[in-house]
Amino acid sequence: MKHTIKELEDIASQIRRDIVRMVHGCQSGHPGGSLGCADFFTALYFEVLNYNTDFKMDGVGEDLFFLSNGHISPVWYSTLAHAGFFNKSELATFRKLDSRLQGHPTTHEGLPGIRVASGSLGQGMSVAIGAALTKRLNGDKSYVFTLHGDGELQEGQNWEAAMFAPFHELDTLICSVDYNGQQIDGPTKKVLSLDSLQAKFEAFGWHVINTDGNDMQAIVEGLHYAKTLTGKGKPILNLMSTQMGAGVDYMMGSHKWHGTAPNDEQLAAALAQLPETLGDY
Amino acid sequence: MKKYTYTEKKDTRSGFGAGLHEAGKKNENVVALCADLVGSLKMDAFIKDFPERFTQVGIAEANMIGIAAGMTIGGKIPFTGTFANFSTGRVYDQIRQSVAYSNKNVKICASHAGLTLGEDGATHQILEDIGLMKMLPGMVVINPCDYNQTKAATLAIAEYEGPVYLRFGRPVIPVFTDPDQKFEIGKAWMVNEGTDVTIIATGHMVWKAIEAGEKLAELGIDAEIINIHTIKPLDDEAILKSVKKTGCVVTCEEHNKFGGLGESVARLLTTELPTPQEFVATNDTFGESGTPDQLMSKYGLDAVNIVEAAQKVIGRKK
Repeated sequence: MKHTIKELEDIASQIRRDIVRMVHGCQSGHPGGSLGCADFFTALYFEVLNYNTDFKMDGVGEDLFFLSNGHISPVWYSTLAHAGFFNKSELATFRKLDSRLQGHPTTHEGLPGIRVASGSLGQGMSVAIGAALTKRLNGDKSYVFTLHGDGELQEGQNWEAAMFAPFHELDTLICSVDYNGQQIDGPTKKVLSLDSLQAKFEAFGWHVINTDGNDMQAIVEGLHYAKTLTGKGKPILNLMSTQMGAGVDYMMGSHKWHGTAPNDEQLAAALAQLPETLGDY
Repeated sequence: MKKYTYTEKKDTRSGFGAGLHEAGKKNENVVALCADLVGSLKMDAFIKDFPERFTQVGIAEANMIGIAAGMTIGGKIPFTGTFANFSTGRVYDQIRQSVAYSNKNVKICASHAGLTLGEDGATHQILEDIGLMKMLPGMVVINPCDYNQTKAATLAIAEYEGPVYLRFGRPVIPVFTDPDQKFEIGKAWMVNEGTDVTIIATGHMVWKAIEAGEKLAELGIDAEIINIHTIKPLDDEAILKSVKKTGCVVTCEEHNKFGGLGESVARLLTTELPTPQEFVATNDTFGESGTPDQLMSKYGLDAVNIVEAAQKVIGRKK
C-alpha cells in the first residue's frame, strides 16, 4: 500500500468537495455518478495504476485508463489534478468557455491524462481493446483499465467488444462497471433491465468479480485482486456496486442527481458533509 | 485532347490491397483490421505476410473503429477495411468521437462505394459517404481513380499523420495512370489542358471524363480535365486557375449531388469566382440492383452525360 485507507478516504473526500463545487460553479454537469465513483478513482490513481504525470499520449510502459461514461468527468478531472497531471486551480474552469475541462473528456484541448474523447456512450471498451492489442504487439506488459456506466451497457457496441476481448484472450484488460442501478430516466430495472450482468459477461467468457465501490478497503483490495487474475487468458470485469451521489446524503439513492447542479443552499449542505482535506481549488 | 490508353482493367480495391501490402513492408507500425470482408477488401497479401498485425474483428464495425482508435495509442497506424456503407454511415458516431474529434491516426478504407457495387442493390450502394466524411473536422477524404492511383494513395496515407477516409470500388476499370506516380494528398492532377470548359472528376468518373473529353474534341470543344482525388482538403488553387481560363465547370462523381465533390467546388466558386456549374452526380436518390454499367447509365453517370453537361454549361457562359 502506498497510502493508508484513511489517507485514501481523505483524498476521496476532497475529490467529492471538488465535484460538487465544480458542478455548482457552472450550474451544469453530472454530480451523481461522479460522487459514486470517487472511491474508485482514488483507489485507481493513488494505489493501483502505474502512470507518469509527464503525460505522453502513447503511454508506453504505463497502465492506461479509459473512461467510457464520459459524463462523470468531474471526478476524473479532480483526480487527475490531485494526482499531479495539471494544477488544481484549473478545476474552476470546468464547462466554461476556453477551458481544457470540457463537459465531457476530450483530447481536443490537450488536457494531460486523457487519451480519447468520450461522452457519446458505449465506445470506451473498444478503444481500450485497441490499446491493449497495441501493447501486446509492442511487448508492453502493462494493464489497461476502463470504467463504464451500467446504463451505458444498453449500448450495443459494448457487446461487440465484450465478445471480442475474451476471444482474443485480452487478459491485461480490467473493466469496471459503475453498478449503481440508475440512469437519467430512472432505475435501470425500469428503463431497460440489465438483468444479471455477471451471468452475461461470464457467458461471453470474462472473469467476473464483485466489489463494493464505496468501501475504500474493498475497492483497493478488489482492484489488486483483479490484477492477480490477469495473464490467465481472460479479461476481467469488476462489477462494482455503488450509490449514485455517495457522500452527499440528499443526492443518494435516486437518479434525480444524475445531471442536476446544486444551488447555493444545497452546495453548503453538501460541503458540510465532506471534510476539506487537501485544500479547495 | 491528350491520348490516354490502357492495356488492362483492374479494380481499385486491388490497388488498395497492393498498397496496403507494400505499406506493411515499409513500416512495421502499419496494422490492418477487417469486419469479415477480407476477400472483398483484397487484404490477403498483407495477412499472409503479417498475420500478427492483422485483426479480424468479425461483423462488428463499431467495435472495429473503436479498436482502431485505441490501437493508435502506442504508435500503430491502423487501416480498417469494409464496404463504404459500413465504413461510414453505420459507424458515424464512432468515427466522429473516437477518431476525428480525438484526432487519431486511423485510415478508414472503404470499398464497394457507389452504384458500381452493382447487384447487391441500394442497401450496400452508399452515395452519401463523401458528404458524411468531409463534414468531419480534420478528416481527409480521398477517392482515387484507378488501380495505380489507389495503390499510390494507400502508400501516401500511411505516411500522413491524421484521420483519413479512402474510398474505392468494386468493378474492374481501365488502368491509365502512371504506376510509379507520387501521390500528393490535396494536389489535383491535370489530366488534359483545355480552354472551353473545366471538367472536374473523381474516382471512377475520371475515365468517363476522358471518354467525354474525346467526344467533345470531335465536336470542336476543348475541355480541360482535372482529377480531384482529394476532395478534402480541396485543391482550391488548381480549380480557380482552371476556371479563370475556361469560365465554366462540370463536376463528376459517383455520389449524391448533395454533399459531394460538386458542392465542395460550388462552395469554392461562389465565394471566390462565381461560375456556371453543372453536376454529373446522382440526384438525391438511392440506387438499385443491376450491373455496374446499367446503373451508371440509368443514373446519368456516363460519358454522354458529361458531354451534355459540358455543352449546357458552355451555353450558360456570359
